Amino acid sequence: MLLLAVSIIVSLSIGSAGISVRDVWGILLHQLPWLADKPVAYTSGEVAIVTQVRLSRVLLAVLVGACLALAGTGFQGVLRNPLADPYTLGVASGSSVGAAFIILFGLQTALGMWTIPLVAFSTGTITLLGVFWLSRSKGIMQIETLILSGVIIQSFLGAFVSFMVSLSQGVVNQILFWLMGSLAMRSWDNVYMLLPFLAIGLPVLLVYGQSLNLFVLGERHAAHLGIRVERTKLIVLISSTLLTAAAVSVSGVIGFVGLVIPHLIRLLVGPDYRLIIPLSAIGGGVFVLWADTLARTALSPKEIPLGVVTALIGAPFFAYLLHRRKLKEGG
Amino acid sequence: MIEAKAIVQEVQGRPVLGGLSCSFQKGRMYGIIGPNGVGKSTLLQLLSGIDRPKHGEVLLDGRIILSYPRKQLARIMAVLQQSGLPPVGFSVREVVSMGRYPYQNWLGSEEKDSDAVIDAALKAMGLKELEHRKMDHLSGGERQRVALAKLMAQEPSVILLDEPTTYLDIGFQVQLLDTVRAWQRERDLTVIAVLHDLNLASLYCDELVVLHRGTVAAAGEPHIVLTTALIEQVYETAASVISHPLTGSPQIMLQPYSYKGMNQVMKVKERQ
Repeated sequence: MLLLAVSIIVSLSIGSAGISVRDVWGILLHQLPWLADKPVAYTSGEVAIVTQVRLSRVLLAVLVGACLALAGTGFQGVLRNPLADPYTLGVASGSSVGAAFIILFGLQTALGMWTIPLVAFSTGTITLLGVFWLSRSKGIMQIETLILSGVIIQSFLGAFVSFMVSLSQGVVNQILFWLMGSLAMRSWDNVYMLLPFLAIGLPVLLVYGQSLNLFVLGERHAAHLGIRVERTKLIVLISSTLLTAAAVSVSGVIGFVGLVIPHLIRLLVGPDYRLIIPLSAIGGGVFVLWADTLARTALSPKEIPLGVVTALIGAPFFAYLLHRRKLKEGG
Repeated sequence: MIEAKAIVQEVQGRPVLGGLSCSFQKGRMYGIIGPNGVGKSTLLQLLSGIDRPKHGEVLLDGRIILSYPRKQLARIMAVLQQSGLPPVGFSVREVVSMGRYPYQNWLGSEEKDSDAVIDAALKAMGLKELEHRKMDHLSGGERQRVALAKLMAQEPSVILLDEPTTYLDIGFQVQLLDTVRAWQRERDLTVIAVLHDLNLASLYCDELVVLHRGTVAAAGEPHIVLTTALIEQVYETAASVISHPLTGSPQIMLQPYSYKGMNQVMKVKERQ
């Protein structure tokens, strides 16, 4: 929590517009109602950058990170698969297909501001079902097969999105940037859109924390202890997919957050999901915030796509997990 | 009391149980025995209220078992699985305390203090010194003890055991069944155990239920059920049945094919 607060403060202060740290905080404090009557010493442009662009972006990064890390925790818990996350399962790509389609045909407002997340959720769910169907043999899902199916479907859908990109001329930039994950050019609207998903997803997963602990012992054990296994799986999977879809609708495909964060938290606090779930949300927020800060400042004023930054950190971590798993099985 | 009425069940399209009926009285220990693939574990899963039979029904205290809310059922009935507990990162105490789940509300808290129950279960299974040890640092036998301690923490009145001794050496087999038997007598529990080992079943159970070709071939006290004729009929092998020198329970002596005629010889000698 403290780490999150510090990260927000530092990240707010850094940017490509060349506003000094003192001015940033002057502007922010000025927004507080009880300080508003003091004389104004900043240009309206600077105020806009700080309040409209930077603050919303920082909050958005935290929210997206929290959503993705929570989704990853949910997937890992209910599938009992340490390699599962929205990205490796193909859910993120699935959601992005739906969202890209909507953007390509300019249907963003067909159902109001919820159009993109809802469509992304539908295509994400269909993708998840497809991945399950592909990986299931005789009712058993092998951990590696599941991930392999996820990767296959993910690359297929990635090609699909690229195809849509090449079809269109005008919105290429929007879709492309979004395909690689980015938080540039977002606004407070996106923050408001994401908040309810998190506000629902987090408590739902928290309530199922103890159930996920029992899942660790195996589904039958959980059932014998009085858990309604199928219902729990369904609710956790839906919540995780919903959180993924919401995050993807805002930021595009940002990989590996849902993979790396729950594992790091598990290393820190142990296997109890009642701790992992809330801490993953915070950890995810911090992680994406720093990744995004890096993305917008490292080659300033040019931006690196956020998905590139997280993949650069996440993919080696994924390799490490895979390696460790192999060692465990060998010995 | 648990009753199975005219159960028909298939496993992956293959008929396993065909119209099986049996009942289990409160406060007694039952052993379900029979050859491989006869449906012992299938029956146990039906009795545990997780699987739905194709036809027929399972009643717990006169009520269809599938109609119980899951948590309420878990307060009545606990199951020890053959596979045991996986080597996870939780500590022994954490795993045993999971046995309290059926008593917790949706926020994960319990009305009465459960620590005493957990401590008693740990002590009964000799796990008090290991309580902070992680599960992945325990041996298979120790993990099976944790599984049983978790069962105790669940405070059930019916326990189902699915081949609990399969992966244990003979010392642990006896220790486990001794513990279960003592606990069963102390709390007047109903125990239904699928057992592979006929001699252990005979030593520990009040009654045996013998499955054969999808139905009950015989049921009753061990000395009535375990006969050479039944072994021959169900397992298609010849065996001698003798009395245990200390307990008097019937014990099976297997014999190689070349001695098949000896049974007759022995009987003739006995008569003389």
